[in-house]
Amino acid sequence: MLTIDRETHDAIVAHARRDHPDEACGVVAGPIGSDRPERFIPMLNAAMSPTFYEFDSGDLLKLYREMDDNDEEPVVIYHSHTSTEAYPSRTDVALAAEPGAHYVLVSTRDGAHEEGAPIDFRSFRIVDGEVTEEEVRVVERYTTGSTPDEKAEV
Amino acid sequence: MAIEVRIPTILRTYTGGERAVEAKGDTVAELIDDLESRHDGIQERLLENGEARRFVNIYVNDEDIRFTGGLQTALSDGDTVVILPAVAGGAR
Repeated sequence: MLTIDRETHDAIVAHARRDHPDEACGVVAGPIGSDRPERFIPMLNAAMSPTFYEFDSGDLLKLYREMDDNDEEPVVIYHSHTSTEAYPSRTDVALAAEPGAHYVLVSTRDGAHEEGAPIDFRSFRIVDGEVTEEEVRVVERYTTGSTPDEKAEV
Repeated sequence: MAIEVRIPTILRTYTGGERAVEAKGDTVAELIDDLESRHDGIQERLLENGEARRFVNIYVNDEDIRFTGGLQTALSDGDTVVILPAVAGGAR
């Protein structure tokens, strides 16, 4: 299960809408081992494409160095699909390289890029080529010191 | 010649869980050969048909080797090599 606070959830949706019809991408970092997505980091889609995303290689290095320095890891790796469902494509599965991360997909197809429209926000684990969808729980805020399972419900 | 190589999470199965290992070589190609000699199988994850894989980034002292001569990029003692899989995908 992915537990994510509303502010971060909404920031991911807003980023996907802003970059539509290109795919948007980014990371939410959190303390290593916490499973808590805390620091929202929208990334530039260097591919600037409606059907592909890739972090710029220089940005990627900077991001990982920053996370290393902060004892963080990529808790969430998100991107949008802009004309297909919010489900990992074969490309997504082939290139997924963070078995510990929650892969979040947002779909802005069918008018979902419009402010206020319903939008698909789904989360997956992608490990050794195998996709497992998981529940997404949006909370108002993370309870200090608690494990993700003990966070306050919406 | 000792060069520190930072290993990404997904490749740590080849390094017994180590986040960084030491290796040697005058070029990135030699360094990868040296890594392979102690971490069997890692080369396959970095190279394809003798070229660096499209979706694996290798940096020498923070420079992506795509811009510094690829696998022939020269190394010297004290250099730092970082390996990072691309974060990429998409509907295509």
